[in-house]
Order: sequence, then C-alpha cells, then structure tokens
Amino acid sequence: MTVKQISVFLENKPGKLADFTDVLSANKIDMRALSLAEAADFGIARILVDDVYNASTVLKDAGYIFSITKVLAVEMPDEPGALSGIIRILGDNGINLEYMYAFTAPKKNSAYMILRVADNEAAIEALGKHGIRPVCHDDLID
Amino acid sequence: MGNYYQPEIETASREQIRAWQSERLSQQIRNVWDNVPMYRKRMEEAGLTPDDIKTVDDLSRLPFITKDDLRDEYPYGLLARPLADCVRIQSTSGTTGRRVVAFYTQHDVDLWEECCARAIVAAGGTKEDVVQVCYGYGLFTGGPGLHGGSHKVGSLTLPMSSGNTERQIQFMTDLGTTILCCTPSYAAYLAESIHERGVRDQIRLKAGIFGAEAWTEEMRHDIEDKLGLKAYDIYGLTEISGPGVSFECEEQKGMHVNEDHFIAEVINPLTGEVLPDGEKGELVFTSITKEAFPLIRYRTRDICILSHEKCSCGRTHVRMTKPLGRSDDMLIVKGVNVFPSQIETVLINKGYPANYQIIVDRVNNSDTIEVQVEMTPEMFSDSLSAVSSKEKELVDALKAMLGIYAKVKLVNPKTITRSEGKAVRVIDKRNLYKG
Repeated sequence: MTVKQISVFLENKPGKLADFTDVLSANKIDMRALSLAEAADFGIARILVDDVYNASTVLKDAGYIFSITKVLAVEMPDEPGALSGIIRILGDNGINLEYMYAFTAPKKNSAYMILRVADNEAAIEALGKHGIRPVCHDDLID
Repeated sequence: MGNYYQPEIETASREQIRAWQSERLSQQIRNVWDNVPMYRKRMEEAGLTPDDIKTVDDLSRLPFITKDDLRDEYPYGLLARPLADCVRIQSTSGTTGRRVVAFYTQHDVDLWEECCARAIVAAGGTKEDVVQVCYGYGLFTGGPGLHGGSHKVGSLTLPMSSGNTERQIQFMTDLGTTILCCTPSYAAYLAESIHERGVRDQIRLKAGIFGAEAWTEEMRHDIEDKLGLKAYDIYGLTEISGPGVSFECEEQKGMHVNEDHFIAEVINPLTGEVLPDGEKGELVFTSITKEAFPLIRYRTRDICILSHEKCSCGRTHVRMTKPLGRSDDMLIVKGVNVFPSQIETVLINKGYPANYQIIVDRVNNSDTIEVQVEMTPEMFSDSLSAVSSKEKELVDALKAMLGIYAKVKLVNPKTITRSEGKAVRVIDKRNLYKG
C-alpha cells in the first residue's frame, strides 16, 4: 500500500543536479517522478524509480547520501476538486502532511499524488474509509 | 585530604609561593644576565638590567623567547653552566624542525624527578605501589621523568619503555602493576589488548598517569571503564624539564603547575599582553630553579586557561586546562579567538565526521566564518525541516563554543580535499597579513 521513494542529498551549487541526473542516465535509471526541495545551501531530490534496489546501489557507488522512505501514492481523476477531497480526509483525521507532489502516468491516463505523512497506517485507514486505496510500488510500473 | 609528596610546598600559601617566585626569579635573571649572552643582549635591547626584575610583577617586562631562539642557539648557546656541571641531555623529537637539546645538572634532574613524584603521589602512589613506566626511554623525557619520580616515591619501578604489548601485559599481570604511566593512546590500546586476551580480572591497576599527547574526556572515561583505574593527566615539555611541569590531582579539574619551579603566564599570542585567569591564550613558562638550561618567558604555543581558584585537593598551585589548541592554528574572527580544535570537538560531539574545512573571509569589512561539514547517512532524512533543524543544532552548538556565529555548510561526502599528510583545515581568504 506504499511506494518507496529515494531522497538524495544535493549541494545547492550549479551543476550538482546535472551531475546527479547524469549518474542516473548513465545507469539507465528511469525516473517515474522527481520533486525538489531546497534550503539555502542544500537541496533534497526525491525520486520514484522502478527498481529501488538497483538505483540505491548506483547512488551508493557514486558516493551520494540518500534515504529510502515509504510514501503514499494515490491515483486520482484528473478533475477539479479531486485533490481537495484527499487532503480534507487527512486533515479531518488529524494526519499531518509533510510534503506532496504530483506526477502523471500518460499511458494509464491518470494522475498520481505522492503524499508524505507522519503515519502511513493511519492515513491508509482514513483514506480507505472513503474508498481511496493508495497503490503499491508495482502499480506504478507501466 | 589529598596525598602530597611535599605538602609544605604543594599547599603553601599564595603569599609564600609568590615570595619564592620573586626571590628565585630575580636570582635567575641575574644568572642568565651573567652567563647567557642571548638573554643579556635581549634585555639590553629592552633597556633592562637585572636590577629591574625584583618581583614576579616585573616578569612581564622581559622579552619572550621562542622555539626558533632555541634552534638558533643549538646546541650550547643557552647553557648557563659549564658543560662539566651537566650530567644529562634530553631532546625533543625534532619533527617540526631542528631538534632542541636541553641540559640538566644533577640538581635539575633531582627537581624534575620531584615534580614527577608529586604527580605520582597525587595519583595515589606510595612506596607500596608497582609503577609500570611504558613511556619511551631515551632522549624522550617521558620514560626518564616518571622513572625518576617513581624512584623518589620509593615505588617498585618497572622500566618497560614503549611497545611490546605482550610483555607489558605479562608484567602487569605477573607483578601486579598498580600504576600505569604511558600515553593515553597507548593506554587505550593496552585496554583493548587486555580485553581481547580476557585477562581483565588479573589486572590490579588503580591509577594511570597519561600525558605527552592530546586526549579528550571521552577517552579518559573509556580508559577508566576498561581498565578499572582513575586516569590522571600530566603535562610537560622538554624545554622546561619534561613531564611534571603540571599534573592532575584527584579532582581531575585542571593540572597544578609546580609553581615553585615554573612561573606560568597566559598571553594574547598576537599582542603579548598577559591575560587574567579564565581567559584563553598562549601558555608561557619561566623556569626559575633550572641551573643548566633556564628559559625565560618561553612561549609554548599551547593554548590554555589558568585558574587560581582554590582546589578542593588542598593544593594552592595554579591550575591549567589541558592544551585546547596551538597558537599557530589560532584564527581571529570578529575579534574572537577561534581554534580549529574547538570546532572539531563540537562536530565529534554532534556525531559528524572530523573531516571538515573552515573558510574565513571578509565581506563588506566584516569577518565571516563558514564550517563545511560532510553529510552522513545518519544525519540525512527525506524531510527538509529535519535536516535543517540538525543543521541549526550544529550552528547553535558552534555558537555556544566559539561565542560567534559560524555558518554551517553541509557538503557531499568525500568532497573536502584530503591532502597528503597534514589536513588543510583552514582557508583564510582575508589576506590580512600580506602586503
């Protein structure tokens, strides 16, 4: 019911992101989704890939600092109000949302919302009561 | 009450200590004026004669001497006695340049050994004890100093010298060593080896006298736990005599300087101004009882703090902190003295690797200091706020230690240049001292 996200520490300097994506492309790692968060001097790149094990091996060999986090991926219709509904459920159940980002899966003609919450189990239960079921990692692979 | 080797000296009143110091200082100045051309020349340049130095208060009028002076005068230039009166030489390792050779008369050796005896007795040593000396013997002062001190106390002395861990442990167990004298790093190594061999229950150590290199409180507790002893710090330098210039008492709160032989001052390393108790600066020693090789206001390059506060052990002699750094490494940022070793301590305490770089710059006529630290997997998480708050914690800890704001920059592992040999810790971009 969760997907594994890889978060990578990047220095906030010109060329650092390109170096990172070069490592991924040189190892033929395809990103499903990418989100960047930045502080003054550093940033965190959060990515979803098909093969987490392979990607983490590649990143480790390249000397990157990273962590793997279980996040929720919720498929939703591409229409106004869809996102509000989901966030409302989390809010009503007192589940804090740390960050989120969206990506689309063109072949499936749908959009996914990635949600990072403090308590995955509580969020899954709350969403489940409204018939919303977060997808598994395999569901993201075309 | 504590244990003293020479109670009447070690617990003398401050007035008495001052009286001894004033009398011995004026005699010593007369001695070097008469017998050492370099001192006479320096005093003449400063417009001083021996008559100007009557009490300890006059000490600050005298010029400093440095290690360079000792090298320039190598080997006999600073001798204050005929060679025929000397019975011993000891020497520094010479790793930072030409060796420094120090000469001793029999009287000098006796006083030095008494200083070491005070350290051993302060650590609980008596004639009943078995003292294992695993400092190096030879030109290095560590072995001969503690060896002589142990003889003075009347303890059974095991002159092991350094190395041969197997034999060290065998003697330690077979002969029931109670006091161990070595470097703290060798003590830590011995502790490991003793545990590996499973002979911890055959060890009867009660005290360790560890010196000659830098060590932390964490290391002290670790050695104490592993060997079941109380670890005492000892400080000294060949130029002044050797180990025993100062030593720790059972309070373990700084080392008592043997002030009846050595006058300690702490100065601002840039201006030479004498600093009061509690202020951090360069340690300067004057050896007032040395016959063969007296040093007047010798700059040690060691940075420390002095305290005349009364010690619960009953000793009245001034206490010095263990060296906090070297004046050669000192940076002045926003008017505040900053030592790389302070920054290193904070990093280690906070769980960061000790590989770091300090970048000092001047932006809009104001100094800036940035500490680059390598990120570790333990410090990292997917949450920006969690990483930022760890960064903030480090900034706060640095501010508490240094007294000024230092920017922290987290960088990727292995991006800080690892130079061959000595690491380049500081990059000062201000070019303050260049034309």
